Amino acid sequence: MTKSPVIPGFLPTLGVTLFALSLIVLLPIVALFLRASGLDWHQFLAAAFSPRVLAAYRLSFGGALIAAAINSAAGLVVAWVLVRYDFPFRRLIDALVDLPFALPTAVAGIALTALYAPNGLFGEFLLRFGVTVAFTPLGVIVAMIFIGLPFVVRTVQPVLQDLAPEHEEAALSLGANPWQVFHRIILPAILPALVTGFALAFARGLGEYGSVIFIAGNMPFVSEIAPLLIVTKLEQYDYTGAAAIATVMLLVSFALLLIINSAQKWRQIRLSGG
Amino acid sequence: MRTSPLRDSTPVRLALIILALSVLGLFLVAPLLVVFGEALARGVDAYVAALADPETQFSIRLTVIVAMITVPLDLVIGVSIAWCVAKFDFRGKSLLTTLIDLPFSVSPVIAGLIYVLVFGLHGWLGPILQAHDIHIIFALPGIVLATLFVTFPFIARELIPLMEQQGTEDEEAAVVLGASGWQIFRRVTLPNVKWGLLYGVLLCNARAMGEFGAVSVVSGHIRGRTTTMPLQVEILYDDYNFVAAFAVASVLALLALVTLAVRSVFEWRYARELAAEGRA
Repeated sequence: MTKSPVIPGFLPTLGVTLFALSLIVLLPIVALFLRASGLDWHQFLAAAFSPRVLAAYRLSFGGALIAAAINSAAGLVVAWVLVRYDFPFRRLIDALVDLPFALPTAVAGIALTALYAPNGLFGEFLLRFGVTVAFTPLGVIVAMIFIGLPFVVRTVQPVLQDLAPEHEEAALSLGANPWQVFHRIILPAILPALVTGFALAFARGLGEYGSVIFIAGNMPFVSEIAPLLIVTKLEQYDYTGAAAIATVMLLVSFALLLIINSAQKWRQIRLSGG
Repeated sequence: MRTSPLRDSTPVRLALIILALSVLGLFLVAPLLVVFGEALARGVDAYVAALADPETQFSIRLTVIVAMITVPLDLVIGVSIAWCVAKFDFRGKSLLTTLIDLPFSVSPVIAGLIYVLVFGLHGWLGPILQAHDIHIIFALPGIVLATLFVTFPFIARELIPLMEQQGTEDEEAAVVLGASGWQIFRRVTLPNVKWGLLYGVLLCNARAMGEFGAVSVVSGHIRGRTTTMPLQVEILYDDYNFVAAFAVASVLALLALVTLAVRSVFEWRYARELAAEGRA
C-alpha cells in the first residue's frame, strides 16, 4: 500500500494532515452548504440569481475569463523569454514574476488604482484616447491580470525548461520552419500546463477581492464583483443570502479544481509517452 | 537558460523580450514603484509620522501576533502534509492533494464567510459561544482561523516537489542504520529541503501578514482592536489619507520584496548545490 513501508511517520503525519484539513477547511465548508440548504429551491434561486447577483457573476466570470486569456498569452511569452533567451537582469526579472504571490492584495489594489485613476500616471495617458480604466469593468480586468499572471508563468516555465531538444532538432532537420516547430512540437507539449495555468488564473480572478474592490468603483450592475456582494450581504446580516452566492461560487471552484486535476493527469500521460 | 536548437531570429527574439518586459513593467513593476512613490510623496517626515500613528502601530503589532500564531501552525501542518504525500503512496492520495489545494481556488471572502457561519452570532456555534462569553468572530481567534485557511497549502506546496524529487532511498538507509523518525527528518530530509522550506515559510508569512479578504470578513474592522495592516491600509485609504495608506502598504511591499529576494538566493544556492553534486 505505501510506497516505502520502512520509513516511519506515515500515520502521525497523515493524522495531522486530515485533522487540520477537516477542522480548518472541510467542516466550515460543510457549514456553508448546510446554511444554503436551509433555503428551499425558490428562495435559493431568488438569493443566488437575482438580477443584481447575475450582473455580478457576469462581471466576475467574464472579467476572470478575459484576464485569464490575456494572462495565458502574456504568461507564455514571459515564460518563453525567461527559459530560452539570455538578457541583462534575467534572474532579477524571473524573481519579480512571483510578486503578485507575495504582495498583499490590498496593496496591489491601491497601487493599481493610483496608477489607473484619471489623474494617475497611466490613467491620464489612457484618458487622452477616451479610455477610462479605474472605476469601470476594465479596472476589474486589470487587477485580475495582475494577480493571475504568475500562475501561468510558473506552470508553463518548468515544462518549457524540460522540453527535450531532440524533437525540435528532428523537426528542423526534416525541414520544418520555426513557426511549424512551435505550433506542431512545442505547443502540444506545453498545452496541458497552459490549460492548468489558465484554470488557476481564472479561479484566482474569480474569487479575487482585495485588489479588485479599490479599482472597481463597485457600482451595482456595472462594476460590482460577486465576492463583494457576499460581503455586502454579510454586512446586512443576510447570512443565508451570502451563503447562497458563496455556494454557487464554491461549486464553480470545485469544477475548476477538477479541470486542473485532469489537465495535470493529461500531462503525466503525455510525459509517460502515452 | 537552456540551449535550444530552435534559434529564433534576432527580430523575433528582441520583439518577444520587449513584449515580456513591457508586460512585467506595466503590470508588476509600475504598481510596486507607485507604492513607494506615493508613500514618500510628502517627504520622509510625513512617512515616518504616518507609521508612528498609534492605530497604525497597533495594526503592525496585531499583524505580527497573527503571523506568530499562524506560521508555526502552518509549518507543522505543511511538513506533515509534505511527509505523508511525498514519501508514501496510499489510496485517495490524489483526492487528498486536491483538497489541500482547495484554499488556492476558493475566494478569500468565502474563507471568511464560512467561519462567520460556524462561529458568528447567528452561526452554528454562535449561541453556545455567546453563553460562555467566547469571542471568535470580530476577534483575534477568527482572524487567526481565516488566515490559517488561506495560508494552509503554501509550505506543503513548496516542499512536496522537492521531497518527491529526492526520493526515499536516503531515508530508507537511515532507517536501516537505526535512526528514529525525528532523526531521519532532521538529519536526512531537512538538509535537502531547507531552502525550499525557508522560502515556503517566508511566503506563508507574507501571505499571513497580507491577507485582506478573509480577514476583512471576520474582523469587523474595529479600529484599534481587530485591524491588521492590510485593513489599516483600507481604512486610511478610505479616509483619503493616501500618504499614510501607502506608507503602511510600503512596509508590506518591502516584506514581499524580501520574500522574493530569499527565493532568488534559494534557487541560486540550490542550483549550485546540484552542480557541486554533479561534479563530485
